[in-house]
Amino acid sequence: MQQADKPASSESTIAVRLRDVHKQFGDLQVLRGIDLDVPQAQTVSIIGPSGSGKSTLLRLLMTLDRPTHGRIEIEGESLWTVDQGGKDVPAGDEHVRSVRSKVGMVFQHFNLFPHMSAQANVALAPINVKGLSKAEANERARHYLDLVGLGDKFNAFPAHLSGGQKQRVAIARALAMQPRIMLFDEITSALDPELVGGILAILRDLANQRTMTMLIVTHEMKFAERSSDRVLFFDQGRILEDGPPGQVLGNPREQRTREFLHTVLEA
Amino acid sequence: MIWDWQYALDSLPVLASGLKITIEATLLGMALALIAGLILALARRASFTLLSWPAAFIVEFIRSTPLLVQIYFLFYVLPSFGVTMSPLATGILALGVHYAAYCSEVYRAGIESIPRGQWEAAVALNLNRFTTTFRVILPQAIPPVVPALGNYLVAMFKDTPLLSAITVLEMLQQAKILGSETFRYIEPLTLVGAAFLIMSLVAAAGIRTLERKLKPYAAS
Repeated sequence: MQQADKPASSESTIAVRLRDVHKQFGDLQVLRGIDLDVPQAQTVSIIGPSGSGKSTLLRLLMTLDRPTHGRIEIEGESLWTVDQGGKDVPAGDEHVRSVRSKVGMVFQHFNLFPHMSAQANVALAPINVKGLSKAEANERARHYLDLVGLGDKFNAFPAHLSGGQKQRVAIARALAMQPRIMLFDEITSALDPELVGGILAILRDLANQRTMTMLIVTHEMKFAERSSDRVLFFDQGRILEDGPPGQVLGNPREQRTREFLHTVLEA
Repeated sequence: MIWDWQYALDSLPVLASGLKITIEATLLGMALALIAGLILALARRASFTLLSWPAAFIVEFIRSTPLLVQIYFLFYVLPSFGVTMSPLATGILALGVHYAAYCSEVYRAGIESIPRGQWEAAVALNLNRFTTTFRVILPQAIPPVVPALGNYLVAMFKDTPLLSAITVLEMLQQAKILGSETFRYIEPLTLVGAAFLIMSLVAAAGIRTLERKLKPYAAS
């Protein structure tokens, strides 16, 4: 996983493409022109100071926010627009839902459904979105809960799980929808330090399978260095640095990146 | 001694038949209020303004006009549109619609208390609106507002004497009839007050029990 061999960017192998994407909240410019191509099955770590727009990028890809300007493509399909006689027109709900089905997300604060067991949390969307039968969905839920090491917690409610266990359920819940692209938004930031390693190990296994494209916003520099193909450094709404982990983290070109790495590694 | 025990005792069967009507009006009215209130609350949140604006208007209009006026309106105006209902059915409709407006505000508060992350998780899982509303949001939003809804149940119960204005033979109306026949009001009216007091206390205790059973889930 050390080398960052970028495959030739032919149209079909690009999982995520952004062109001049801006996002503004009121007067606040959060993203100021993002251009990015992420090939399929690549694992990308996104680092940078808080407020630099990392999470906003993931939220735009998950359609939790809408870009103020620019174009987002998921596997070659525009997210918010459809082509109509050579012109881009705003897409309807159907289109957005169909493109969104390729993307999954795990949140910093888990966002589990507190009134459902672990198994029901994972099975809900497969039943209601994918149309699986209850039995099939429960079987799938148990499979993914097993995968994240919660084989003995199928019936536990979120209130009875530790932070690390909750995050495992959240990962299983996202995986059960079998997305092509997975977004991880600071998923270890709300965890006690001793629980972080287990979650990162799951991420590492997923990255090694090379089946999903993974975008990981993280403060875990060791993880970014060892387990990703590529690291993006965000600063003030722009991608300031983009390259293999060895280069971005080991020998950054920009002064700003060096300062950031210095601060986080000293801490 | 003004109080006549024998007369009070003789009044009881008549008042009991009135109490039956009172309870019937309360329970059916509340069922209507709970369902219509939820529909109003959801309609008001809709992004489709042809749905949300009328819902908001109805809620504000009903809350800003007296129940007695609404009761009279339904009773005297609906028949001129060809809608004829029994006085009791009209009364239940009026109570139900009136309290639906208040219940819708309670539901709305419950829905708005759900953290944004729950909606975002639903989007990330591509759940549709229906599943998000009925499987994710409402099961969390309703249990904490059950006491508030219950208080409206008690309030509605205490508003049922207004139905006497449209000839419904509920408790107060029966007491008035008894009084007009015998010119003795103190016994029937006192008994009506006592019945309301007892029923309200029982209902309040019931709501507290329900509240304990529905203790909201600890935050995840």
